[in-house]
Amino acid sequence: MSDKVIKKEELPNVLKILKETYEVFVPVKEKGFYRFKVLEDENKVDLNFTNTRLSPKSLLFPQSERMFEYSLDEADEDAYVIKEPPKDYAPTVVVGMRPCDAKALRLVDVNFVNPEFKDPWWARRLESLTLIGLGCKEPCSTCFCTSVNCGPFNEEGLDVLLFDLGKNYMARAITEKGAQLLKLAGVSEDATSDLNKQAEESKAKAEKQIISHVPTDKLKEKKAIDLFDASFWDEVAFACLNCGTCTFLCPTCWCFDIQDEVNKKKGDRIRNWDSCMFPLFTLHASGHNPRSEKVQRVRQRFMHKLKYYLDKYDNGVACVGCGRCVNYCPVNIDIREVFKLMNET
Amino acid sequence: MRYTDKIREIAKKILADKTVDLIIGFKRGTLPMMTEPVTVRDAEKTDQLYWDSFCNMNLANYLPKREEKIGIVAKGCDSRNIAVHIVENQIKREQLYIIGVPCEGMVDRRKIISLLGDKEAKEVIESDGEIIVKGEGFEHALKRNDYLQDNCMRCMHRNPVIHDALVGDLVEERKEPDPYDDVKDIEEMGSGEKWEFFLDLIKDCTRCYACRNACPLCYCPTCFVDESDPQWVGKSIDPTDTMTFHVLRAFHCAGRCTDCGACEQACPVDIKVRSFTRKLNKDVLDLYGSEAGLSIEERPPLDTYRPDDYDAFIR
Repeated sequence: MSDKVIKKEELPNVLKILKETYEVFVPVKEKGFYRFKVLEDENKVDLNFTNTRLSPKSLLFPQSERMFEYSLDEADEDAYVIKEPPKDYAPTVVVGMRPCDAKALRLVDVNFVNPEFKDPWWARRLESLTLIGLGCKEPCSTCFCTSVNCGPFNEEGLDVLLFDLGKNYMARAITEKGAQLLKLAGVSEDATSDLNKQAEESKAKAEKQIISHVPTDKLKEKKAIDLFDASFWDEVAFACLNCGTCTFLCPTCWCFDIQDEVNKKKGDRIRNWDSCMFPLFTLHASGHNPRSEKVQRVRQRFMHKLKYYLDKYDNGVACVGCGRCVNYCPVNIDIREVFKLMNET
Repeated sequence: MRYTDKIREIAKKILADKTVDLIIGFKRGTLPMMTEPVTVRDAEKTDQLYWDSFCNMNLANYLPKREEKIGIVAKGCDSRNIAVHIVENQIKREQLYIIGVPCEGMVDRRKIISLLGDKEAKEVIESDGEIIVKGEGFEHALKRNDYLQDNCMRCMHRNPVIHDALVGDLVEERKEPDPYDDVKDIEEMGSGEKWEFFLDLIKDCTRCYACRNACPLCYCPTCFVDESDPQWVGKSIDPTDTMTFHVLRAFHCAGRCTDCGACEQACPVDIKVRSFTRKLNKDVLDLYGSEAGLSIEERPPLDTYRPDDYDAFIR
């Protein structure tokens, strides 16, 4: 399918059509920062955002997910039977996802859907999603996507990629799903070769504008045990508060905890985001904690992202260079510096 | 800023003459308007130490249970939290060499980021009461006093309350008549309105516990929210559990909080966490005439018992 054009003034109309078939999520600024929310008024959509504060992973992997429900009341026919509560898998479109966040979903997918396991909720939600990405024409100084197999206009994981070209968006269908969606929305005007050229220029300019680069070339050949025993971890970890900010904002952190919550005779089994920053994450029933010290937990976060994931899946590092942890770590522990330490020392 | 050289000079001296084993201070961050807490053990490496208006974390947080002799850089609130730690036996006064920083308030990075909207600050320079913020195609000269952290705008103890050295002349303390007028706005709400206010306040909470972990008061070996046997609080983002965390945490800080603002600075979703603690600070001041961390001699008001207490219910 050739690239299409959407005039900016036509965007509300396109969204209105999509709304009839899909649940549509757009970035919305609320309480000072952007987050993805269900589209209410298509005339008020604001795509002039840098990125959402939290990653959009919660659309597939909610912070708290009710997996099962059960009754402990013996008078109930279904007492002690664990049942899946009804879930919403309505066809959903996300408009304005940044390429780094779309790539992140691909990185996380290998954990949730692989030959050994298939997470049904993640998988079904991913199937129900169509992702309309928005290329980053103005990357931030903390973005380092181009160093980690991604880029400001990276297409991986997206169904459609939008190029913001002043008065128009150029829409590129990446997948058949994306092409179908554009067709449904009545986006049929082909982009002129001039617009196409503008898009390529915008992409080239943005890639050039990425000023943060991290080295990754030696991570693979390094021995995990040598990195594990490296001398720099104490220094990296000193300032760390062991808050979960980095892991909760991160688009590729997927760790969770499963809890049963019982109220009188009704129970829910809930899956909650967890964090390797928390001592409780690894506390054994015996009372032993293999990662009782802060430095062990900090090391785990970086080793998992930059070494274990790489070794296990041969799928690059588990980082897309979005810069969220760089910007929001309250004590400025900068993953870019850790890349350097792990790769170079 | 002007204090940096003096901090380095003092640190170098006390490391060289073995007064202390290490220094806890700040180093320059990798981004504009960011700093990173750091330890320095080598007198030759004190040039890492740094000071500007963005040294917003509370370094007292790094003290509990340390055994070494420590030189610590402390602004007014940090010094008060050091005092709280001493009173609560988390560290001994003799272990510390406090490098006091008379503080003119920390500048709130997020206020500046919010002002810039989708533009990015590439360079931030401080000069004489102004913050010059430069980026692609813009340059703003901001009055630093307009962009202070909320807590700093109301701070009444900017000078270190205990110190072994000072890096500059003491600054004038504020004399605003009422540092708690904002709390009164909440006090005046009806109970239903208050409930809505606090529910809305914590709506975005991710339960990451950054507020707790940035807080020097939160040094319990296991926080009540991390107890698993029995588990006291649910771990989901159910509003009841989230509220339980915030309210209990605030009460645990009653009479101990110095309003350093680290909790708000650490919150990844901009929750005004101090709305909880400030009411308690105000009550403790009103009821007991006490403010936390002003002395290393006095026990905190909620931590004392006297057989001759004037209130009958406690005798």
